[in-house]
Amino acid sequence: MTTIFAEGRRAAQTHILTPRLETPFHARLAALDTLNEWYTWSGCKAPHALSDPELEYFAIRSTAALFDISPMVKYRIAGPDAERYLNRLTLRDVRRLAVNRVHYTAWCDDHGHVLDDGTLFRLGETDFRLCCQERHLPWLLDSAFGFSVDIREETEAVAGLALQGPTSFAVLAAAGFGDVQQLKPFDSTTLPHDDVSVTISRTGFTGDLGYELFVPRARALSLWDRLWTAGAAHGIRAIGYDALNQARIEAGFIVANGDFITADGALRADRVRMPDEIGLDWLVDPDKPHFNGRNAILAARRNQTLKNILVGLEIEGNIPAEHALVYHRRKHEAGIVTAGIWSPTAKRNIAIASLERPYGSLYKDDLWVEIYALRELKYQKMMKRAKIVPRPFLRLARRSATPPGLR
Amino acid sequence: MKSSDTLQSSYDVIVIGAGHNGLAAAAKLAKAGRSVLVLEAAAEPGGALVGREFSPGYRSAGLGHILNRLDAEAARDIGLDLAVGRSLAPTTALDGSGRAVVLRGAYGEEVEGVSAADADAFYRLRKKLIFQAAVLKRFLRRPPPRLDGVSPGDIAGFAAAGLGLLRKGRGEARDFLRMLLMNVADVADEYLADDRLKGLLAFDATLGIHLGPRSPTSLLGLYYRLTGEISGKPGGQIVPEGGMAALAPAFRRAAENAGVTIRCNTPVARVLVDRGRASGVLTEDGTEIAATVIVSAIHPQKTFLDLVDPAESDTGFIRSMRNLRSHGNVARLDLALDRLPTFSGLPADARHGRIVLVRSMEQVETAFNPAKYGEFSPDPVMEITFPSLADPSLAPPGGCTLSALVQYAPYRLKQGWESGKPAFLKILLDTLEQHAPGIGWSIAAADLMTPVDIEREYNLPGGHWHHGELQADHLLVNRPINAASRYATPVEGLYLASAGAHPGGGISALPGWNAARHILAGATP
Amino acid sequence: MRKFDAIIVGGGHNGLVTACYLQRAGLNVAVLEKNGWVGGAATSRELTPGFLYSNCSYVCSLFRPEIMRDLELPKHGLQVIAYEGGAVFTRDGDYLASYRDHDSHRREFSRYSKRDAEAYDRYARDVTRQCRFIQPLLMRTAPDPFGFRPRDISELLYLARKFGEFGPQEMAQTLRFWTMSIADFLDEYFETDVIKAYLALSGIIGTALGPMSPGTAYVLLHHYMGEVDGSVGAWGYARGGMGAVTQALARSFEASGGTIRTDAPVDRILSRGGRTSGVVLEDGEEVRAPLVVSNADVKRTFLDLVSEKDLPGDFVHRVKHFKMRGSSGKVNIALDSLPEFPALPEGSACIRGDMHFTDSVERMERAYDDWKAGRWSADPFLDMMIPTTIDPTMTSPGKHFMSCFVQYCPPKLAGREWTDADRDAFAETVVSQIAEYSPGFRDRIVHMEVRTPREIEREVGITEGNIFQGELTFDQLLFNRPVPGYAQYRSPIAGLYMCGSSTHPGGGVMGAPGRNAAIEILRDLKRPTERMSKAHEVV
Repeated sequence: MTTIFAEGRRAAQTHILTPRLETPFHARLAALDTLNEWYTWSGCKAPHALSDPELEYFAIRSTAALFDISPMVKYRIAGPDAERYLNRLTLRDVRRLAVNRVHYTAWCDDHGHVLDDGTLFRLGETDFRLCCQERHLPWLLDSAFGFSVDIREETEAVAGLALQGPTSFAVLAAAGFGDVQQLKPFDSTTLPHDDVSVTISRTGFTGDLGYELFVPRARALSLWDRLWTAGAAHGIRAIGYDALNQARIEAGFIVANGDFITADGALRADRVRMPDEIGLDWLVDPDKPHFNGRNAILAARRNQTLKNILVGLEIEGNIPAEHALVYHRRKHEAGIVTAGIWSPTAKRNIAIASLERPYGSLYKDDLWVEIYALRELKYQKMMKRAKIVPRPFLRLARRSATPPGLR
Repeated sequence: MKSSDTLQSSYDVIVIGAGHNGLAAAAKLAKAGRSVLVLEAAAEPGGALVGREFSPGYRSAGLGHILNRLDAEAARDIGLDLAVGRSLAPTTALDGSGRAVVLRGAYGEEVEGVSAADADAFYRLRKKLIFQAAVLKRFLRRPPPRLDGVSPGDIAGFAAAGLGLLRKGRGEARDFLRMLLMNVADVADEYLADDRLKGLLAFDATLGIHLGPRSPTSLLGLYYRLTGEISGKPGGQIVPEGGMAALAPAFRRAAENAGVTIRCNTPVARVLVDRGRASGVLTEDGTEIAATVIVSAIHPQKTFLDLVDPAESDTGFIRSMRNLRSHGNVARLDLALDRLPTFSGLPADARHGRIVLVRSMEQVETAFNPAKYGEFSPDPVMEITFPSLADPSLAPPGGCTLSALVQYAPYRLKQGWESGKPAFLKILLDTLEQHAPGIGWSIAAADLMTPVDIEREYNLPGGHWHHGELQADHLLVNRPINAASRYATPVEGLYLASAGAHPGGGISALPGWNAARHILAGATP
Repeated sequence: MRKFDAIIVGGGHNGLVTACYLQRAGLNVAVLEKNGWVGGAATSRELTPGFLYSNCSYVCSLFRPEIMRDLELPKHGLQVIAYEGGAVFTRDGDYLASYRDHDSHRREFSRYSKRDAEAYDRYARDVTRQCRFIQPLLMRTAPDPFGFRPRDISELLYLARKFGEFGPQEMAQTLRFWTMSIADFLDEYFETDVIKAYLALSGIIGTALGPMSPGTAYVLLHHYMGEVDGSVGAWGYARGGMGAVTQALARSFEASGGTIRTDAPVDRILSRGGRTSGVVLEDGEEVRAPLVVSNADVKRTFLDLVSEKDLPGDFVHRVKHFKMRGSSGKVNIALDSLPEFPALPEGSACIRGDMHFTDSVERMERAYDDWKAGRWSADPFLDMMIPTTIDPTMTSPGKHFMSCFVQYCPPKLAGREWTDADRDAFAETVVSQIAEYSPGFRDRIVHMEVRTPREIEREVGITEGNIFQGELTFDQLLFNRPVPGYAQYRSPIAGLYMCGSSTHPGGGVMGAPGRNAAIEILRDLKRPTERMSKAHEVV
């Protein structure tokens, strides 16, 4: 046994020859790619864009966009105590998550600081999949003490695709996955594909009609091809992260280590955030059984020691304010814009900002954003008025219409 | 003992574990008017102070050998009725040569058997260590300082410690900060020349702790010993009248006189906790008993990894609790002898004290080496007493019992204790034979308890009598772990009060008494 | 008889740093060095034709960039090059590599344990937090807790404030970190022995402690708090060997008008009426100066060079008991070709980093048990590197210089002195360990320089060959280093200062003791210190 293990270990030495992994869909992405602009996502090669990021964005909002989410970290959590385990691990009440349902959730350390956010799939009574941005194996394993539960990372074993946009249902229907018609948002189902099964959920990161598909790695390309062929008549287009990022800001979604620093990664004591400080207070369920960080979160609420707040901003003008400083009354520094774009669909200049309370909580007016626009090697400095607005910045009826529309 | 039908369905306080700390906490709380129930898994109260018949007609007097740190105020406060006697017990170091070193009075107020120069050097060192230990002592009788804010009490504590330090001038104050985290070997080497004296200090500093004398911070073990006092004498030690077996009944009487209900043979299965609040306990026989205050006077790991559903604790808390190092290193040997043995060099008037078989500091250090790798010492060091001298009822007439605490004997033995135990026992008996030729002929029975046996016998996880290493990283604000270091724990209403809590193990009653006072003062985590 | 404003006894890197700063502050400074070259334990010497050796210290990370910049060392030829990680060879024929790329590092660790691979991030974060705390303290004089002078009080408050920045839980964790053994600390993160062994090595290098001794977690920090161009914890090679550091310092010093005298061993430091007036060389020559700064270790300075009667008895007692037991040796090897390590795949970058053969913490600790018993380790821990794979200037093309730092190696063998035969047997222990993993290794050896603590003491002058000029245990750190009450570079004799690694913050080619000493001296002279950079802010 030991020898076999050592053999496998030695065989893996060659990993250094490919410091960036290729995802199961890499062959298809590479074939479509015209820009050769890759970035690293969880150790994988992932495209910023394949051709033109602006056009890719419009695929999300007007037809169907296909986005490779395989690098997303995925854990399979199963066993008799899986529900109890996850209920202690995460903020929301997992008892209320039905089989074939998905919910967005987050989890915290003992001090109530957010470790990550992600989606939790209930695949069966005692079988779950947790998808997130960062890696958490030691935390998940240590959390399992006292529970009968099996935790496996399946990031590389399971390929994932997001199919998003108004024609995404039409594509699935054309590809023979018409059964997803009855799925309401956050429903999931399992359908046969190529002698395996594919899990399709009505979820996404765009605020649009859309689905996410998970399939064993070996059947990744056939699934892609099936969608691609069926999607030809429905304007399907493969996209990179730049386009997706615009859509997710419009939808008001936050990104770990983009809009907040995860507690496990923060070097500086003041960078960690409680759920209430990043707009996730609605996930916290004080009535459910004990969960990690409960004491700290409730104490912070009780003692009013929350230090920060995450807000949506609408900013005058059309210059994106990414990473700009936010001021109150034009002079008191109030926080930073974590993400900001001109929204092509809402036609508004929108941003997500992290403010230091009482700015954003008590002082909500008279906020300003200091934008440095670099234009031909010169900063054009401007102070723009900003207004706190609710997120999402964009609400699309087709996102939740059931049955979904075909266009 | 009250019978089960008199048990109420709820109490103000439930204390888990009737060790001396549990009984001290119970007594203090009952004296303050609380209704208190103590639940004990074993057949009688006293925890590690309870003796057992290890051979027909021969009994041991519990795990402890001597009394050297029972807090006088705590004892008085809980109404402990214990005849301690007046004369302090001596300590004798024997190196096998027949030349004994005897420490008389409180930790060697007078030393016999060494040169005048060595004796003087020892007095100088002793004076310094007792001065330094006195500075530390003031921290033992109050909860560890808060780190999340500044409390007036903590400031007063530190200021008093600083002033106490400066009482002997800046030089001594600076020397304290230099020595605090040193190893005992370097300190002993600086002052002493006599190998036996150095060996004795090395042994006393490391007994019950997973360190060798050369390990940095090992001096803390000696400081800890010297923070204890008997009759106002730091470093003093006694065997109470009636022997160590008199202790458990005394603590039990104190608790019962205070109105505490003690229920034995009643192991607790669960501490009932819901969303951060403890509400009572569930016993193994299925009885639920309610209480708003639960005091756990058993091992912190047993408390939080077993009795409290881990689902009720945070992951980081469980992680820290599991990282608490608590594997014992000491084995206990009980011998049934048909007569009092003769140890070469041991003065007759030192028999009733503590006898340490040690040649040198190097011997202690070398004995420690194998323990690092899960092996026992082939040339171990040990502390011996003859419990039946103080309590003749422990042996048949004419007979005698010998008790030895031996190190190093790691809890996790690589070869396994099943095969290791006979091998180690042989080494011990050979060692004793060298020191007391002929002792082998008078042994009627020999009973060796490894840390694994101690764990089983006394419900002491890891067989570690401090309930967690008494090392710098598990002291004060980190005892047993930071999140539970001030008796209160993240579970509201659940408190720690065993040796695993501040200030640590030994028969001091302080963890229990401190915890009770802290609870009465309205403790918050 | 020459007269200077200040004399530096010993031309090691710290002595040269102090010399440079004082000379630049307008003093007329002389460095007196016993050897025919300057550099102390940071030298590059050609002991066999065509091969330049980093004889003692061999890698560069701790040297403070502020000092490099103040003293214009790049202009005087100093170049530090970062290198790729390295590897621990395992007994089953595999290895554990360390890669600079984060994902590669994770994937490498996950060959052994997926959990450990991810646990590494939290571990690195926690250690980095400690580094961030300690880095600013390196270039500050340690306050005397019982000094009660305004500067002491304000520095104590600074320390308290820095500590307070941690927050309550992290404060408690810091107290643990500073007192834990590296083995126990690693046990809280990792499950795989070879991973723990690899990470533990920084906790023991240069230290007379094993990985299971409390306090070694701090020693790890001592090796992590360096940087290469802002990359905290990274290590690099000095181009041209470690001598390049001291050569650049010497050139900087001379360029600003300083005097270096080699082959000028100091016999004693003059002192009359509690004040120094200069030194006497071994040949009887007197060199006068109102200021004498000793770069020698505290024992050599006060037990050999200063007359005991000129010092307070307590001070001498403390110096005598200052612990500086040597624990390491060095085997420097000239190779006529690059050795092969069959365990490494062809073209592996590991050969350009530091290589080790100790694949378990237990083996490391057992190596220490030998040292405690007064033997060199039968199965020693090696920190082995081949700098010429990165810096080919040290040898002719195709030839290589290999540096093997060896632990443990005691200053005396079971109470007796080392003999040449012992030294050779020690070298054989090292070579045979390497040869086990590198067939044909012996045949490539052109020349070998073997340094036990005896050789280090003889040549460099460090008592007992302790590479840190004093062990890094709590009783010898911060305000306790080297002697409580004398931890601010001053000595009981007016005008006599210390600037070597025996002082805060301790050993390693860091330059901080030398720089801090210069600041204290200039303060005493009431000379401006503004031109000396403050510690770079940690942001």
